[in-house]
Amino acid sequence: MVTKPLTKNIDKTRPPLDITAYEASEGYQSLHAIAKGLSPEDVLQLVKDSGLKGRGGAGFPTGLKWSFVPMGENSPKQKYLVVNADEMEPGTFKDRLLMEGDPHLLIEGMIIAAYTIQASKAYIFLRGEYKVSEQLLRRAIKEANEKGYLGKNILGTGFDLDIVMHTSAGRYICGEETALLNALEGKRANPRAKPPFPQVSGLWGKPTIVNNVETICNLPGIITYGIDWYHGLTKGNDHGTKLFGVSGKVKTPGCWELPLGLPIRELLENYAGGMQDGLELRAFLPGGGSTDFMLPEHLDINLDYDEIGKVGSRLATGTMIVLDDRTCPVGMVGNLMKFFAHESCGFCTPCRDGLPWVDEIFRELESGRGTEKDLQILHDHVSYLGPGRTFCALAPGATAPLGSGLKYFKEDFDRHIEEKCCSYKH
Amino acid sequence: MSKEVIASTATKPRQLSDEEIAEIEHEMTLYPDKKAVGLEALKIVQKYQGWVSDESLLGIAQYLDIPAADLEGVATFFNLVYRQPVGKNVMLFCDSVSCWIMGCESIKAHIKDRLNIGYGETSQDGDFTLIPVPCLGDCDRAPVMMVGSDLHRNLTPEKIDAIVSDYSKNRA
Repeated sequence: MVTKPLTKNIDKTRPPLDITAYEASEGYQSLHAIAKGLSPEDVLQLVKDSGLKGRGGAGFPTGLKWSFVPMGENSPKQKYLVVNADEMEPGTFKDRLLMEGDPHLLIEGMIIAAYTIQASKAYIFLRGEYKVSEQLLRRAIKEANEKGYLGKNILGTGFDLDIVMHTSAGRYICGEETALLNALEGKRANPRAKPPFPQVSGLWGKPTIVNNVETICNLPGIITYGIDWYHGLTKGNDHGTKLFGVSGKVKTPGCWELPLGLPIRELLENYAGGMQDGLELRAFLPGGGSTDFMLPEHLDINLDYDEIGKVGSRLATGTMIVLDDRTCPVGMVGNLMKFFAHESCGFCTPCRDGLPWVDEIFRELESGRGTEKDLQILHDHVSYLGPGRTFCALAPGATAPLGSGLKYFKEDFDRHIEEKCCSYKH
Repeated sequence: MSKEVIASTATKPRQLSDEEIAEIEHEMTLYPDKKAVGLEALKIVQKYQGWVSDESLLGIAQYLDIPAADLEGVATFFNLVYRQPVGKNVMLFCDSVSCWIMGCESIKAHIKDRLNIGYGETSQDGDFTLIPVPCLGDCDRAPVMMVGSDLHRNLTPEKIDAIVSDYSKNRA
């Protein structure tokens, strides 16, 4: 029984499978299943029943997202599927693994998704820096075209699909789905107001679905092996496997495909090997740079969207960043604030002006010129830049490590001010 | 390197080369809108010229018949479009959180020692330009940086020295 559908074909010691080898490993069977008689509505129902949630960070149910796309005779003829392959969340390195390891998995998933929403054109919005992924995906698209899995009247279904590879020109905000659409349209990548949602008015005003790479890669397994199989992969409330990563000063940092619902401790100790010798765990960000810190006391919580939500953080991308006890927490939060300040698109005042102010304060703290008043300003910004106060989720994401950092590392912030220096050796 | 601010002045547009035009024409078949092709054209021109000069920007705007001011707004928004000349090898240096935890600041200091460049600067011999880049997505092998299209991982001062000597040799 397949237990690792996302990574079963991945072997870092050899190049990824070409289409022939991919098909020999049960690849593209979902297309044949669709051609034998699955309608778009059938596939949509399967995806809804699977319980698949978006893997880009927001965790929104994928079937529900797709269901908002207008379908039927009176709906717009041109629709688009866009794959968000613009991986740039600090500490996140899972989509790279999928694209470099098994590019055909993404292509197969894209065909399923495009078929369901009847999109005849799909764009892969790939991070410009991911050169190896670009080469491999271009080749996979070519192979799929040659096999007749892309192009006109795929496998006699009457469905046409072309995939265009687009490489981005940088900037983290392009990972925000509406900013991504603006970037794809050749504009400055400011986000858009929602509503209208992309499902109704997206790329060039047409109904568009934007999904993360990992989300799309879940689709071939669901269609090929079925709902019972998919539900059998996990014991908890969330379904399916996920790529979980760990970075920081652990013994064996890396990225592994595991069922959702595993205890965090198992990921950290069994897979990442625990902390490096001589270091203790101080705290960790469970799902990338836009999540709240969690503490060693939370290690027995499961890698589950709701459970992590209950302690005030988010599973988000599932790639954990570990803070050890010899690394300055103020420095770590400051590094994240510098990142967010730099990546602000500049459109709305709280983010454009607030984040650089926060960044400046961290530099003052690190150089020993910080004051009590500065801490108050930081606290105020956690609410100034909170959800609903800004045009998109970038600044609220920044308040996650900021707010939780101020709470959990209060001593360190106070020491920077009292001692007028950073007491950690870095 | 000169620290003059390069602004979009009313200089003459450059005639785009045949190769540039061929690639831009190809992009026009992939996007239904010329604005989208504008960003692609900036990347294509940069591939051939190394950077996007005022003259190139005006040339693209003219060729695609899109406003130069809009194109400039796009060119200056994106990290990977260079509106100033860059050295032969662009070092995209990751200083996001995982690389920071794993010691990228000391690697950056070593680059400063070896090449005497900080962010946004080019080495005296024109071989290297150092630019910061958001998380490169290879965090389990931090610190990392790209040199041109190549990704270099688990950086140490010794690896930096090897990179400097390897890339300096390839003076293509």
